Amino acid sequence: MIAEAGHYALVLALGLALIQSVVPMIGARTHDVALMNVARSTALAQLLFVGLSFLALVTLHVTSDFSVTNVYENSHSLKPLIYKITGVWGNHEGSMLLWVSILALFGGLVAVFGGNLPLTLRANALAVQAWVSSAFYLFILLTSNPFLRIANPPLEGRDLNPVLQDPGLAVHPPLLYLGYVGFSISFSFAVAALIEGRIDAAWARWVRPWTLMAWIFLTLGIAMGSYWAYYELGWGGWWFWDPVENASLMPWLAGTALLHSAVVMEKRNALKVWTMLLAILTFSLSLLGTFLVRSGVLTSVHAFATDPTRGVFILLILCLFIGGSLALYAWRASSLKQGGLFAPISREGALVLNNLLLTTACATVFVGTLYPLALEVLTGERISVGAPFFNLTFAPLFVPLLLALPFGPMLAWKRGDMVAAAQRLYAAGIAALVTMAVLWAWTRGGAAFAPLAIGLAVFVIAGSLSDLAERCMLFRVPLSVALRRARGLPRATWGTVFAHAGVGIALIGIVCESTWNTELITTLKPGDVAKVAGYEMKLDDIAQRQGPNFREMVVHFTVSEGGRVIGAMAPSKRNFTTRAASTTEAALMSRGASQLYASLGEPSANGGIAVRIYHKPMVLLIWFGPLLMAFGGFLSLTDRRLRVGAPKPAKASRALQPAE
Amino acid sequence: MSLWFLLALMTAVAVFAVLWPLGRRTARGGGGRESLVYTDQLAEIDREVASGLISPADGGAARVEIGRRLLAAADAEAGSTAAVRLGWRRAVALVALIGLPLAAGGLYLRLGSPAMPDVPLASRKAASVASASIDQLIGQVQAHLEKNPTDGRGWSVLAPVLVRVGRFDDAAQAYRNAIQYAGDDAARRAGLGEALTGAANGVVTADAKAEFERAVKRDAGEAKANYFLGVAAEQDGRPRDAAAIWRAMLAKAPADAPWRPVVTAALARVDSGKTPVAKSQASPGKGPALADDTIASAKDMSEADRGSMIRGMVARLAARLKQNGDDVDGWLRLVRAYMVLNEPDKSRAARDDARRALGQDEAGLRQLNEGLKALGIDG
Repeated sequence: MIAEAGHYALVLALGLALIQSVVPMIGARTHDVALMNVARSTALAQLLFVGLSFLALVTLHVTSDFSVTNVYENSHSLKPLIYKITGVWGNHEGSMLLWVSILALFGGLVAVFGGNLPLTLRANALAVQAWVSSAFYLFILLTSNPFLRIANPPLEGRDLNPVLQDPGLAVHPPLLYLGYVGFSISFSFAVAALIEGRIDAAWARWVRPWTLMAWIFLTLGIAMGSYWAYYELGWGGWWFWDPVENASLMPWLAGTALLHSAVVMEKRNALKVWTMLLAILTFSLSLLGTFLVRSGVLTSVHAFATDPTRGVFILLILCLFIGGSLALYAWRASSLKQGGLFAPISREGALVLNNLLLTTACATVFVGTLYPLALEVLTGERISVGAPFFNLTFAPLFVPLLLALPFGPMLAWKRGDMVAAAQRLYAAGIAALVTMAVLWAWTRGGAAFAPLAIGLAVFVIAGSLSDLAERCMLFRVPLSVALRRARGLPRATWGTVFAHAGVGIALIGIVCESTWNTELITTLKPGDVAKVAGYEMKLDDIAQRQGPNFREMVVHFTVSEGGRVIGAMAPSKRNFTTRAASTTEAALMSRGASQLYASLGEPSANGGIAVRIYHKPMVLLIWFGPLLMAFGGFLSLTDRRLRVGAPKPAKASRALQPAE
Repeated sequence: MSLWFLLALMTAVAVFAVLWPLGRRTARGGGGRESLVYTDQLAEIDREVASGLISPADGGAARVEIGRRLLAAADAEAGSTAAVRLGWRRAVALVALIGLPLAAGGLYLRLGSPAMPDVPLASRKAASVASASIDQLIGQVQAHLEKNPTDGRGWSVLAPVLVRVGRFDDAAQAYRNAIQYAGDDAARRAGLGEALTGAANGVVTADAKAEFERAVKRDAGEAKANYFLGVAAEQDGRPRDAAAIWRAMLAKAPADAPWRPVVTAALARVDSGKTPVAKSQASPGKGPALADDTIASAKDMSEADRGSMIRGMVARLAARLKQNGDDVDGWLRLVRAYMVLNEPDKSRAARDDARRALGQDEAGLRQLNEGLKALGIDG
């Protein structure tokens, strides 16, 4: 009964979505309040039914009901409870159900919290949201239905892909989807505004917080996915420029641009039409990401869908929404009222530069990801565009972005003063130069770019901090006054500081890890000692162990530094009989922000085992940076004030400081 | 609570969600207005100036800007009014009341299987503790054999169990390993043949037949091999040879041989089915293969034997009907056989095939429909 009720709930949600996608629009056209309010109640009912449907699937997985094909194919009765639950979204059908559940969740949030929106805007936006949901409900019901049954239930399921049986997977997809799908709100609002033919101030107020929320989740999701790849795949790498990773990076880059242009729009009523285009592009890239991962176009861990009908269906959805919204934009955008003006050197100008660089970076990733696919379709030739391409194109775009980053917050709205901003960044510049010089001296003869890049990172961090110092007038007023001012600063300002510093911190991690990473691949026998970066690792024994649904070979190491034992590491290799697959479980030992990383290879004939050992300096900063960015975003999100950017008056005295 | 009640309840909630706002009296349905945002912004500027976050001069400039926008927005809002469109509302209510349940119900009935109960593991474990524990045992033995792949005795133990649970491909591999490590003997060769037959859905393939022949060469009295050689002969269309093999078996067998009923039943089958078409038309109840008593007698056989036997028979019947489609009783038997085998899809397909094959034959069609009704598959 649970399976069938869940199935029916999904069908009902489709019915409601279809009503929601038409009725409110009629209401908005005819100015009928009741018809427009249908959007609200149907959005909530949709959330209820999709939620029920999702809960039903979770229950089926937990009770191991193998009469449901999806459960049979992806679960096993001996799997630990947590992986029975996460297995729900560890497969194609279930993850699509999660996708629409989150879409319905956001629809419900708009319905609940949209009380202060103009009625027609809310009705139209929810209707657009319902178009997207309808398309995806149909996709699920017709091509990837998780509730199909097997007449003769098999005794045992086929188990979840072992690589995915990991706590990282429990949070990575939901976070990523919250990000992807969160951008649907700004998309729906943009399309609704295009349909109405006007962008009002309420629109501008709404887009930034919702974009910010999606951006926070996407940031966390990408960081989580990267960390998962780092410790689960056993290669010691954390970013592979894999098309699936790029698929999540593209909406992130576009979303970051959108976030910044939304600030301009909210505060200064400028850049409205451009923000709208970014909103459409960002969600389009999210859809593209879904397409790339879900259609089976790419063959990787993530592409568990290899059914061509699905690919064609998603491609249709993609063409319909991206093509439709861009066509609508081309048709209506020119009739929209442009916003305020600003001088090139101003906060707005800096944010435009940020937007240009971010969208260009996004475009390079787009080309690098899709060019091989296009080439394969056209000529049948298979090429892979890897790290070298992205390092060559991505880095040159990010260097000016990071150089300009500290200047942005220092400039005044409408018309800024470059010289004054530069003066305030003296301290940051000096800090960066000193860092470079020290590193240069310390690592003489090493990589030449590393000290430069770290200097840049320090510049970004120090720049953010000096922005903070400026605003609370540190060193110019007594410390107690400065502290009071700091407390009085809007949380959005603190958010900016944290997020920008996070970028610098992540950069330090990336540079250190890729420049001073030590790697040792060797075969060890019990009793052997491996020496890596000043650490000695002694292999104590190789043992076999039985897990709940796997058998594993565990190798115990004792780690010592300078003769002093500092801990033990136990990497393992797991064999999952049901899927006849094995996974490597790397062992990690953190020393400050650096990590020792050990993962196992194949056992050799003479009783030894191949081991890869890495020492990765400052590697944890790579994920600490994004965490900090997300925290900054969160701070800014909790700031419930209205955002108004006071313009710099044309002839104001220089002593006055611009502020939030 | 029955499923249908639950589905009806859910439908009611969905319909209500659409109707509710339509019925409510909303004078000016709330909603924010653009001018409100600007007045809020003005208030915010005042607060920021008061708390010293921006200078009074900056605040003044901002106020001028916002005031200009406020005026424009207020002008635009003056023109808009709310309206009541009763015609549209009635149409939407109708769609919700009739269209939504019909569409949802229709789509669900196409996609769902409302008749199927849930089969959570807990309930199934209670129902068949034996099979569940067999599964665990198999797992343990397999794990053991993974570490000691040359343990011939282990493979010999595992192989027949795998046949029993229907994992024929694994079973065939296990028998091959057993033959390699524990020695070649008649029983293992016959077992391998049985596994291959099972993997081919009950058809004795050339490979399987070769194994049975090898088994008989080693031990002429090997019962399983002899039985399946009979089945092979029957499937090759030589029922007389099959009968001869089985008679010889029965003649030599001790009275309490466990496989006696199976062979007797098989013999009865070929004896009565010498001219299957003619005879079945004469007395439909006692048609050749697939009468209930045959299936019942097969209950004593091992699961695999029975499954392969029945499947073999069904496959032959289906093949015959494909060549000669105007045998109404044959079609009915096929439909029923698929129902007994718990394969409703195939049974439905057989029904459709029957209709197509009978085509113009109106009397035959009527007979078919009545028979289907009697089987509980309505026309």
